[in-house]
Amino acid sequence: MKAKYGLRFAALGYLAILLVAPVGFVFYKTFQHGIGAAWDSITTPEAVHAFWLTIELVAIAVPLNTIFGVVMALSLVRTKFRGRGFVNSLIDLPFAISPVVVGLALILVYGRKGWFGEWLINNGIQVIFSFPGMVLATIFVSLPFVVREVMPVLREVGTDQEQAAATLGANGWQTFWRITLPAIRWGVAYGVVLTTARALGEFGAVSVVSGHIRGQTETLTLHVEDRFQSFDLTGAYTAAVVLALLALITLLSMNLMKRRGDVA
Amino acid sequence: MSIAVENVTRRFGDFLAVDDVSLEVPTGALTALLGPSGSGKSTLLRMIAGLDTPDSGRVLIAGEDRTSQPARKRDVGFVFQHYAAFKHMTVRDNVGFALSIRKAPKDRIRARVDELLALVHLEAYGERYPSQLSGGQRQRMALARALAVEPKVLLLDEPFGALDATVRKELREWLRRLHDEVHVTTIFVTHDQEEAMEVAEQIVVMNEGRVEQVGAPRDIYDSPANDFVMKFIGPVTRLGEADVRPHDLDVLLEPREGAEEMQVKRIVHLGFEIRVDLETGDGRQVWAQLTREQLEQLELQEGQLVYVRPNTRPRLAAVS
Repeated sequence: MKAKYGLRFAALGYLAILLVAPVGFVFYKTFQHGIGAAWDSITTPEAVHAFWLTIELVAIAVPLNTIFGVVMALSLVRTKFRGRGFVNSLIDLPFAISPVVVGLALILVYGRKGWFGEWLINNGIQVIFSFPGMVLATIFVSLPFVVREVMPVLREVGTDQEQAAATLGANGWQTFWRITLPAIRWGVAYGVVLTTARALGEFGAVSVVSGHIRGQTETLTLHVEDRFQSFDLTGAYTAAVVLALLALITLLSMNLMKRRGDVA
Repeated sequence: MSIAVENVTRRFGDFLAVDDVSLEVPTGALTALLGPSGSGKSTLLRMIAGLDTPDSGRVLIAGEDRTSQPARKRDVGFVFQHYAAFKHMTVRDNVGFALSIRKAPKDRIRARVDELLALVHLEAYGERYPSQLSGGQRQRMALARALAVEPKVLLLDEPFGALDATVRKELREWLRRLHDEVHVTTIFVTHDQEEAMEVAEQIVVMNEGRVEQVGAPRDIYDSPANDFVMKFIGPVTRLGEADVRPHDLDVLLEPREGAEEMQVKRIVHLGFEIRVDLETGDGRQVWAQLTREQLEQLELQEGQLVYVRPNTRPRLAAVS
């Protein structure tokens, strides 16, 4: 009995010190000068712009990575092609490389002196220090989640149901929508949640390619840093709380979906 | 619809799964593909269904070459060993899947599903999910699903393999009756010779990717084409140089012409039938199958000396 309580105490204590205390402190600091001050700091034009920019990035990166992730997982698990092992390890690259390096790599390719940079600028497209570059960086860092969540589920589900659908007259498209996708839906959902969380919280890569232009290329995470550097602590904490709330909403909505799915 | 397989070969890497097999199944017949695991019977069935493609040879259904036709166009009902139930759909939606794929009107789907659920005795389970059914019920659902669009051919891959003995026996009889009602050309794969003998009108015995013998259950039992079929299809014991069925042995109390002296080692009562383990003077093991009546007449005791000889001509023409 004692050992059991000891174990629990250690686990909960670890969580409390490393997770609950800092996050709780952020919440406390946010409302230290009252809700009014917090509200004022989050409704400045820069903060509002940062909020919507973050939402836009998530709205583009998450659907693209979801579609790519499902297609990639299907081709890695269900088909055999040369270089499959290589592609499979390539998927993990964004996990292995530091986001700052990702940002630098994007500048090397798309920047003014990069491979395509000059051609792009001559054609009126600015990637680096603007929105397209931030989209690229966000997609890059959040790419592996859906693939990695869906692959084991696909393997576990097996091909029996898909083959049964084929003998019952379903073509590939019908089989995917009616059989495969419903079978892997929780893998996809979990992948989407992780992708969203990563896209919301990305700092390093986006920081390098954005150029930190206030009110233009500043996401919520960059806004937090900017406020912090300018000694506007309430501003920094409030933006951080908004980020935390967004992540919380993502997690809760998946749990709600899942609960409804279990009842059906 | 008749099914014909012509010189079909299928390799998986170095492994020759199906080796130049030709086979004909007449319209309306109930045929068993019987063989040990790895004999190529499932692979052959999957090639007939279009779930696998032969490396060479042809598959004909109703006289038409379907070798390269995809499974969804073959009008074949297929039942998998592990049911392959669509887990996220109700029993109703599972059974109606083939019809809804074909965009049949809703009321027609409903009527047909009702009909099929009655056929497989699952009327009360339409709104359940597969996870709420027993194994036997799941397999019946899978059968109803396969029959929904009235396939010309019904293929079953070890359909009762994952079920316990009682349910398996029940479903065998049920499949037999179903076939009498629906009369669809049916092939089922099994490694259980008793199941094949009980259900099928025609048995195809396979081994190492080849067909060893095709025939009615009784013909295969009474005149096996070779040693493998003899051993696989029924009990066998070795007397002198020949393999014999243990119930084809006469156990005598007096020496006779052609009878070999043996000692009774053990008498095992298996209900109506009795197994008598014997040993020859030079230590070879033989066993004989007797009825209770025969045993009582002989008044056999363990340790006693008896004389054993075959009471029919050898079943294997090749060995005699």
